[in-house]
Amino acid sequence: MEQAPAHAQPSLPDTTTGIHNNKIGVWLFIASEVMFFSSLIAALMLIRASAGKPRELFVSSLLLVTVNTFVLVTSSLFMALSLAFVRRGRRRAYLPTLLITAVLGTIFVSIQFLVEYPRLMSEGLTFNGVPYIFGSIFYLLTGFHGMHVLVGVLWIGVMLIRGLLGHLGPSNSIGVESVGLYWHFVDAVWIVLFTIIYLI
Amino acid sequence: MQAAHSSSVLKYVGVFVALAIVTAIEVGIAFVIGPTSALVIPVLVIAAVAKIALIAMFFMHLRDDTKWFALLFMYPFLLAGLLIFWTVFPA
Repeated sequence: MEQAPAHAQPSLPDTTTGIHNNKIGVWLFIASEVMFFSSLIAALMLIRASAGKPRELFVSSLLLVTVNTFVLVTSSLFMALSLAFVRRGRRRAYLPTLLITAVLGTIFVSIQFLVEYPRLMSEGLTFNGVPYIFGSIFYLLTGFHGMHVLVGVLWIGVMLIRGLLGHLGPSNSIGVESVGLYWHFVDAVWIVLFTIIYLI
Repeated sequence: MQAAHSSSVLKYVGVFVALAIVTAIEVGIAFVIGPTSALVIPVLVIAAVAKIALIAMFFMHLRDDTKWFALLFMYPFLLAGLLIFWTVFPA
């Protein structure tokens, strides 16, 4: 199979900026997402400053959430590797790395929704904010993040199908690049949430 | 050509190792010292910002891409910072 250089970029697209429109679109979307998550984080900090946080609940789940954080950071590594392999035209490498990324994303969401949430709810951190009002913003914020991870997993699934059909390669890597930007952004959001919810 | 490819893989693995080490240190600090110390919170925030910077620069390729994307990424952070500041410290 003919292989392109490791850092090969697809030839400049025929746009007025010389940058692929998909990529500009994803970056604009990410900019709007920064504002979306910021407003929720501001709400969390306000509620926390006024009503406090049930610290003991989060200390007891620190180990589990730390493992989950490593899962998501590892998925980011595989996502980055996927793009490098796609640009190189290494189909046998990018298909498994894309699959591993999707599996790690699924593990992250599964731990969050099926293990962490039920445990916190059983200990009194509920959606309706009784007795801890912190619960309402906690589930809203981390739930939205989890939904973003799920959307990312579906998007990676689409890329996997395109890869299996042979529609990805050095000259057609913009799809993987777009989902990669989205995925890394979702990872970055979790790093913020992990720090402000669980560590501080 | 092969060497360049290997170096990009090594670069990503290096960033991952750095992220893992910083995360482990953060958790260690939060678990052992606790977040009540006045010095711990700024340290944890700086560590989180450093990790985001690593992800943005290397995994999202902002370091090598056009600077417009970096501006597009940083500008909402400025607005977000103002939003959070004014929310937590209203006039």
